[in-house]
Amino acid sequence: MANVQTTHRPRKALDLKVLGPILALIVLVIVGASLNGNFLSAANVTNVLSRSAFIGIIAVGMTFVITSGGLDLSVGSMAAFIAGLMILVMNALLPSMGPGWPLVFVGMLTAIVAGTAAGLVNGFLITTMRIEAFIVTLGTMGIYRSLVTWLADGGTLSLDFGMRAIIRPIYFGGVFGISWPIIVFALVAILGELVMRRAAFGRHAAAVGSNDQVARYSSVNVNRVRMLTYVFLGILVGVATIMYVPRLGSASSSTGVLWELEAIAAVIIGGTMLKGGFGRVWGTVIGVLILSLIDNILNLTDGVSPYLNGAIQGIIIILAVILQRDKKAEG
Amino acid sequence: MKFNRFTVVAALACALTTPVLAQDVKVIGVSIPAATHGWAGGMNFHAQEAITRLEKVYPQLDFVLATASDPAKQVNDIEDMVATRNISALVVLPFESEPLTSPVKAVADSGAWVTVVDRGLSIPGIEDLYVAGDNPSFGRVSGEYMASAMPDGGKIVVFRGIPTTIDNERVAGFEAAIAGSGIEILDMEHGNWNRDDSFVVMQDFLSKHAAIDAVWASDDDMAIGVLAAIEASGRTDIKFVLGGAGMKEMVARVRDGDTMIPADVTYPPSMIATAIELTAVGLTSTAPVSGIFTIGSVLITPENAAEFYYPDSPF
Repeated sequence: MANVQTTHRPRKALDLKVLGPILALIVLVIVGASLNGNFLSAANVTNVLSRSAFIGIIAVGMTFVITSGGLDLSVGSMAAFIAGLMILVMNALLPSMGPGWPLVFVGMLTAIVAGTAAGLVNGFLITTMRIEAFIVTLGTMGIYRSLVTWLADGGTLSLDFGMRAIIRPIYFGGVFGISWPIIVFALVAILGELVMRRAAFGRHAAAVGSNDQVARYSSVNVNRVRMLTYVFLGILVGVATIMYVPRLGSASSSTGVLWELEAIAAVIIGGTMLKGGFGRVWGTVIGVLILSLIDNILNLTDGVSPYLNGAIQGIIIILAVILQRDKKAEG
Repeated sequence: MKFNRFTVVAALACALTTPVLAQDVKVIGVSIPAATHGWAGGMNFHAQEAITRLEKVYPQLDFVLATASDPAKQVNDIEDMVATRNISALVVLPFESEPLTSPVKAVADSGAWVTVVDRGLSIPGIEDLYVAGDNPSFGRVSGEYMASAMPDGGKIVVFRGIPTTIDNERVAGFEAAIAGSGIEILDMEHGNWNRDDSFVVMQDFLSKHAAIDAVWASDDDMAIGVLAAIEASGRTDIKFVLGGAGMKEMVARVRDGDTMIPADVTYPPSMIATAIELTAVGLTSTAPVSGIFTIGSVLITPENAAEFYYPDSPF
């Protein structure tokens, strides 16, 4: 329904809706630059973009899940669990394989395989078993969070110190002065945008989220499309974890807490509809940057009590969504 | 047949439980927050270890351990212990003071012994024994170390925990201890006792301030995030980082003479073991154990670090 309205909307209203998140981002950049001279320094820009990469990579996958009418609350816990698993596998194989890049690749493979498996489990329960996505992923969220606490015996899983030196460049290194997390985030975002706009899969995801009955009559394999969105999201959680583990070389039960809500907030700020049917990957990227910039600006400025950081974040999220509100829905 | 089998099982169960009841086994309930961060993980480890050890020492005691992920679950745990296990004593580390006060008071009113650990209840006088960590002294010991390590003063940044009374008391103790020492606090921000949050905050502090002499990370998890951010930035102006709590990796770095981690301040998660042990002594002997047992914070230096290193603990 909503999708149909979008196509018939007059040009002007569409522009405002599309420009909302971009305007919010531009305002934030201007505010940041005027408050602190270091805001636009290369170091700060690199910091902000690199740390956005975890949520950003996950949020691109989340855009497809939400566009097809689903939801995944388990991604934060899943990232923590995969990070723990990746560290355990690398530590366990260290004596036999020795420190080096082959072992790093085994770690990466572990993350991707675990992410795929976790996505398959969510997708299977939601499509084949026909359980509400909210309930399934609420359940798996608890399961993964408990599993990582159990794996770590309540403490913290730490990567062997020798391995940490080898794996560190994945987060801190880069080419042409651009760090790897930024490059990977950019690639994932561009691929996501292409799939959403140009590939049949992206159109199918939007069709399923808009009206799954009609999609079914149009010979779209609804269950397969839904399943694939969760599997892609699982793989992307694995990719985000590969970027995350090298940063501090550790995982604990406090890893990835609330990432799921940050990712969902970024997706919605970016203009994707929470009820499904329409998704915008580049909007999600803007949403992720808005969320990171708020934190960064609050840290760089004095005068705002740190107790109020959450309130300011909340206000900006709501403002960004009001800017692109669907006017016809009011009537 | 089924009925028969059931009666046999029931009779067996009676036969098995009766002699135990005759011995008058007392049950101690232990209710603590789940291992959601490093310190709580250490606390869980020490609770389990104390229970395993005491069950061997005191055959007449039985222990029930429940870990709760939020205050509401902890209230349920305590109610279940009273209703189904008939506990003679409760050792509780309250998740939050307010919501746990009246359930714990109900346990005390029923005649059971109550030991409260670390976080006090909102109404004084409910507990028989209070095993307390000393947050103001944690801040004071940290501040005194900072002042002695920087006799000529200097510029520092401060990391705070999750906004709570604990955090406020620590920071107040710290600020009082550095008053007049010439140490200037450039900035304070909440790192929420979390490595990732502290990493991000430290990156931003490094962008914001051109020169920082030292960091009071106030917690070892936060210190790890801070150290990673400093290392990645390549900055050399920061002379040292002071954490806190006594995480084994950090204690090991103090022991090994790491110049970035010259000291640590304890806030031992093993205080739960003290509480369980004292409660067991109270239930099984005539030795009086009621009152307040305060566990002060101690400065760990390379000289005494070996005493504070527990290789088996997860924290």
